[in-house]
Parts: sequence; C-alpha cells; structure tokens
Amino acid sequence: MDELKNKVRELLGSGTVKVFIGYTTGTAGTKRALFAEKPEDAEGLVFDSSCIQNLAVYVTKQEVKEKGMMGISATLPVMRSLVQLARENQVSDSGIKVIGITPESRLIDFGNLSEVEKYIHQFQLEIDQKNRDMLEKLDKMTVSERWQFWLKELEPCFKCYACRAACPMCYCHRCTVEYNQPQWIPVPSHASGNLQWHIMRAVHLVGRCIDCDACANACPLAIPFNLLNKRMIEDARKHFGGYQPVLSGDHLMSTFKPDDKENFIR
Amino acid sequence: MAEFEPKIVAFVCNWCTYAGADLTGTSRIKYASNVRIIRFPCTGRIDYMLLIKAFDEGADGIIVSGCHPNDCHYTSGNFHARRRWIMFRDLCNLMGIDMQRIKFSWVSAAEGAKWAEVVNSTVTDIRALGPYEEYRRILNHHSKEVTNG
Repeated sequence: MDELKNKVRELLGSGTVKVFIGYTTGTAGTKRALFAEKPEDAEGLVFDSSCIQNLAVYVTKQEVKEKGMMGISATLPVMRSLVQLARENQVSDSGIKVIGITPESRLIDFGNLSEVEKYIHQFQLEIDQKNRDMLEKLDKMTVSERWQFWLKELEPCFKCYACRAACPMCYCHRCTVEYNQPQWIPVPSHASGNLQWHIMRAVHLVGRCIDCDACANACPLAIPFNLLNKRMIEDARKHFGGYQPVLSGDHLMSTFKPDDKENFIR
Repeated sequence: MAEFEPKIVAFVCNWCTYAGADLTGTSRIKYASNVRIIRFPCTGRIDYMLLIKAFDEGADGIIVSGCHPNDCHYTSGNFHARRRWIMFRDLCNLMGIDMQRIKFSWVSAAEGAKWAEVVNSTVTDIRALGPYEEYRRILNHHSKEVTNG
C-alpha cells in the first residue's frame, strides 16, 4: 500500500502525471474512485479486494482528460479494458501511465501500453464456474422457459443505465437509448423496452466486453444481465477463435473471414 | 375463426434478394402474400435492432436475405452481416427469443424460384408455430394496437 502511495507521490510530484486515478474509501466503507492531483492527495489511496470498480471507465471522460497526463492504478480487468480502449483509439501512451496491481497485490510500473498488453496475455479470460453453471442451466431450459426466466429477471429493471455508466466500453457521447427520433428503446420500465435495452447492450459489447462485471456490480437490483455478455464471450471464442483484448489487429465484429461457419443460412 | 395468417417481415438487400423477388414476380411464380418486403442497400445495413423492432410491431416471423457469399455488391457487406447474425442468434437464443421465427437465406437475383420457396416454407413454418403470442404479451401499452392480417 505504501509502495503505491509513494509511487503516486513521486509521479505527481515530478509532474509525470497530472491526475492519478485510484481507489479511496467512500461512504459506509464502500470504495470509490480517487482523483489525486497533488502529491498529498496520495494519502487517501487505498487498495484491497473490495476495490472492484473498473477505473478504466474514467479515462475516456472529457473532464479527466482535460487535466492532462493520467495515471491509473490498474487491476487485471482494468488493464484489459485499457488495452481494448487503446485498440479503439480512446487512450494512448501519450495520455496514460499505467501502474498495474497484480492479483497478488504486487505493483508493476508499466512503461507503455504494449507492456500492459504483454502482461494481460499471460492470463486467459475465463468465465467463473458459478456463471458457467448458470449458463449451463439456462441452456438446458426450453426457449419458452428462458423467455420466462428473462422476463422475470428483467422485470424490476427501470433502465437507470448504471450498467452503462459503469462500463468502460460504453463511452459513446450519445447513446442509442438517447435517440428518440425514432425512439429506439422504449423509455418506460416495461418488459419490451427492458428486453430491447439489454439485447442492445449485449450486442454492442460483443468482442469488446472483457468480463470485469462492473455492470452487474453497479446494478442496484442485482439483475444478472452480465450472463449475456459472458455467453457472448464464450460464443465468440467458439465461433471465431481466441478472445483477448489486443492493441492492434482485427476487431472481432468489424472483420470477417470468408469461411466463417454457420448452419442456419439457407 | 379464419385460419391464422402470419405476418412476415422480410429484410432483403437491394442487389440480390430484392431483384430475386422481382424475378419471382416477372416469372409469374405465385407465392404467399404474407410477406412485407423491406429493401436495404445491403445485408450489412440490416441492423439487428430492426429485427427486434419487427417483433415489436407485431410480426410473427422474419426473413433476412441477401447476396450469396462472394456476391456482395459492396464486396463484403454480407460477410460482415453473417458474422453479426452468428452472434445475434446466439444472444436471442439465450434470451428465449424463438429462433425458428427468424429465417436467414441467401437468394441471388437469378433465384426467383428460391425466393418463392423461402417465403412459402417460412409461412408454413410460422403458421404451424402460431402467432408470436409470447412477444405480443410484452408489447408496450404505448405502442400501436397489434392486429392480425
């Protein structure tokens, strides 16, 4: 912990970074983001296993970018998000300095994003057992049973878009849900709009979601919509091969292979 | 009660399937009139949300059709579309949307007979499945009244 604080003090003190994004203690013991701008702000930094928010969500925000060079304490999911964001030209080495925190809480001072990419590629993106079991359970249901399952699960959703706000990949300045000419997603908290919102969210994240669960953690109603994203990761891997955020190369959904396999087109 | 007439929405590309459907007509091939054809510049332009919107407007079945692989007017639109459909179908399947109600096909401008066959078999299949009651039950009160025919 002190190591992180010292590192941040040094970075801010030398002017290498203008703002450092880390975790601090929020109300009622929760953890929230801290934006340290002066060396003494580093005192507020904390890190433990309850720091699960994906901080990469802030690096695309205009008000953070305006401050200049950013530093960020990045756990594995955050590092993955950063690499994906870099692939989408949202961050670059000239804008961010990554201080990695390994699963063993060791600090890594990354020189650039290529090093981050190299680091994350040591780890395979794996869906955890609990969610895999849940997906298997859904697979065993009939189509109608699945339909009923989702109607029930999505029923309390009132589209607060906390899932969207928590997701580093949902950085569009104007989201489809804000378009009302035509109204793509019906606004009322109602099955049809809820269904469409969650379908849309899942599709927009195909090939981009890195399974950090920030969306599900942010949901005030604990709706397990992240199952959709997880299934998309599994299926993308099944259909098109590997699934890892990369700095360059083909984007899963903006490319194709002439011999992509399917069995449903007549 | 009259026999159930399914409402089918067909999303087709301008260059192949739309021309193919034209050929069906000029060849005087009779086929089911349950289909409403919507013409797109390319299958790559057929947004998955539009398919959901079709159900939202009371469709019982959907046909999505375009140029055969390697025949795309824009070289690769159908390849992109295919990749998208592969993922979209998996997602819909997980969400419990009946994938028997969305049919995908490649129909070229020379395949007038195939288009008739695609439409007829889709109508037969959807007629057997019945109206898409599950989806209609969740339709928003604000949306238009859904009627048959």
